[in-house]
Amino acid sequence: MSRSFVQAALAPVILLILWEAASHSGLVDPRFLPPLEQVWIAGRAEWASGDLAAAIRASLARDILGFIVGSTIGTVLGVVIGLSKTTQRLLGPMLVVHRQIALFAWIPLLSAWFGGGEVGKIAFIAMAAFQPTVVNSWRGVANIPQQYRELSMALAFRGLDFLTLIALPGSLAEIFAGLRAALIYAWMATIGAELLLDVAPGLGGRMDEGQHLFEMNLLVFYLIVLAIVGGLFTLATGRLETRLARWRAA
Amino acid sequence: MSYFRSVSQMDDVMAELSIARKKGHELSLARVGKEFGVADRAVTVLSDIGFDVRPGEFLSIVGASGCGKSTLLRLILGLDTVYDGEIRVGGERVLRPGADRAIVFQEHRLLPWLTAEANVAVALRRSPLSKAERREKVAGLLHLVGLDHAAQAYPAQLSGGMAQRVAIARALVSDPRLLLLDEPLGALDALTRLRLQDELKRIVADEGITTVLVTHDVEEAVYLGNRVIVMQPNPGRIAEIVPISESYARDRSDPFFIARRDEILTQLGVGHSTVKGLSEVEARIDAA
Ligand SMILES: Nc1ncnc2c1ncn2[C@@H]1O[C@H](COP(=O)(O)OP(=O)(O)OP(=O)(O)O)[C@@H](O)[C@H]1O
Ligand SMILES: [Mg+2]
Repeated sequence: MSRSFVQAALAPVILLILWEAASHSGLVDPRFLPPLEQVWIAGRAEWASGDLAAAIRASLARDILGFIVGSTIGTVLGVVIGLSKTTQRLLGPMLVVHRQIALFAWIPLLSAWFGGGEVGKIAFIAMAAFQPTVVNSWRGVANIPQQYRELSMALAFRGLDFLTLIALPGSLAEIFAGLRAALIYAWMATIGAELLLDVAPGLGGRMDEGQHLFEMNLLVFYLIVLAIVGGLFTLATGRLETRLARWRAA
Repeated sequence: MSYFRSVSQMDDVMAELSIARKKGHELSLARVGKEFGVADRAVTVLSDIGFDVRPGEFLSIVGASGCGKSTLLRLILGLDTVYDGEIRVGGERVLRPGADRAIVFQEHRLLPWLTAEANVAVALRRSPLSKAERREKVAGLLHLVGLDHAAQAYPAQLSGGMAQRVAIARALVSDPRLLLLDEPLGALDALTRLRLQDELKRIVADEGITTVLVTHDVEEAVYLGNRVIVMQPNPGRIAEIVPISESYARDRSDPFFIARRDEILTQLGVGHSTVKGLSEVEARIDAA
């Protein structure tokens, strides 16, 4: 086990010990802060009944669909905007302002348009993924140095040459940073949508049940599941980014 | 380290490269002027530049830093079409860059995300050649600049001089009829520099490419050029056009060569008196 791992694990372990001590010593009401073994029991039950797998599947499906819709629109729009000074002047300020609106402020409007069901949830998740991707891909393409634009002229590039040989690879790092942020945002939005819009199968739905049945151990268990899934997302995108930007590490 | 084990091997490469021997473009500039707007004021960077370059001729341009040499090359290439006067390449007014003209920029401008090989290949993006022909051409040019071993390296893994050589290969790979070189050998060590001077001279002569070379190295200008244009700054203008004769251009120790070099150095304001003055100062410092 590496030193850095031990260091990173130190704080959580201490926290868990304090948690255990607190809920057993009667310092806090175990109904509000269930002891770890209660969480474990809830987790095993969820696993055994298949509820856990079903919930993860449902949430991930929603998350991925919303992410794909939002980040595709965001990236394509951002790249197109970044390619031309005119589109930047026309659409840039609007997007900057759009970004100032807190994500969850869109919920009333989106649920009015698309309803609180599946479509409304996915629209909200897509909106979450759209925001960072559009801004990052726009900035990334717009920040391609003037020298490379000149080079593309000097080499008599035509059609999509500039896009495929210069604009996209040159902004890949920023586009990727946007996608990575979008993945996290979309995941937060997924849970947000499941908790705030209509109840539906998924992790948010299970947490909702935990809240209504006052089963704090169920609630805490799903909080941990959320942390793990979010962490895996971050890990996976980091890996992929390093692989795609090999020239940078070179 | 030798790029070519023998002269005959080099000839083979050269023969491969000159598949279709084309004539270089004629280049003519008349009363060319260029202004830049800096802080609401128009600054004249080039004024009344006029010269003709014959097809296949090698023209060197020397001049102090900031006298507008790079700007002039940008105008000739067609990167900037806002100027006074007239620039004609192959008899036609330059409206935009074209595949028949190539430039080596002052900085290498390689694309960091492509390997050396791919960086050279981008210049063939719109070429009618087959994939295999392209690959062969790219490999041939990387060999010519002595970088076969670095074909798969990314620009960040190359030294400044290696990167500049890749840029030279990129400019040559498309068989240009007009070649613009902006300090292409500036980042090279003295030995590689001399070798590449010879190779450049060979290629452009064999291919009949019209070439304009901007350099700070007066000796290089005289060694490579059929003529040397000496520019002066503020505003950038032609001070003198010095013809160079083939009879001595190949020998740096020839008295005529040295005389031409010193003439140009004097034009640039770094003549004998300055050199002598420096050595006198040095002598006095030594004595003290
Ligand atoms: N885009 C621009 N806007 C304003 N001024 C410019 C611009 N480009 C060049 N200049 C000015 O034009 C002058 C000539 O620049 P240029 O790069 O052509 O010089 P140069 O002779 O190539 O110098 P060096 O030998 O240092 O490369 C400089 O004074 C520079 O400040
Ligand atoms: Mg310059």
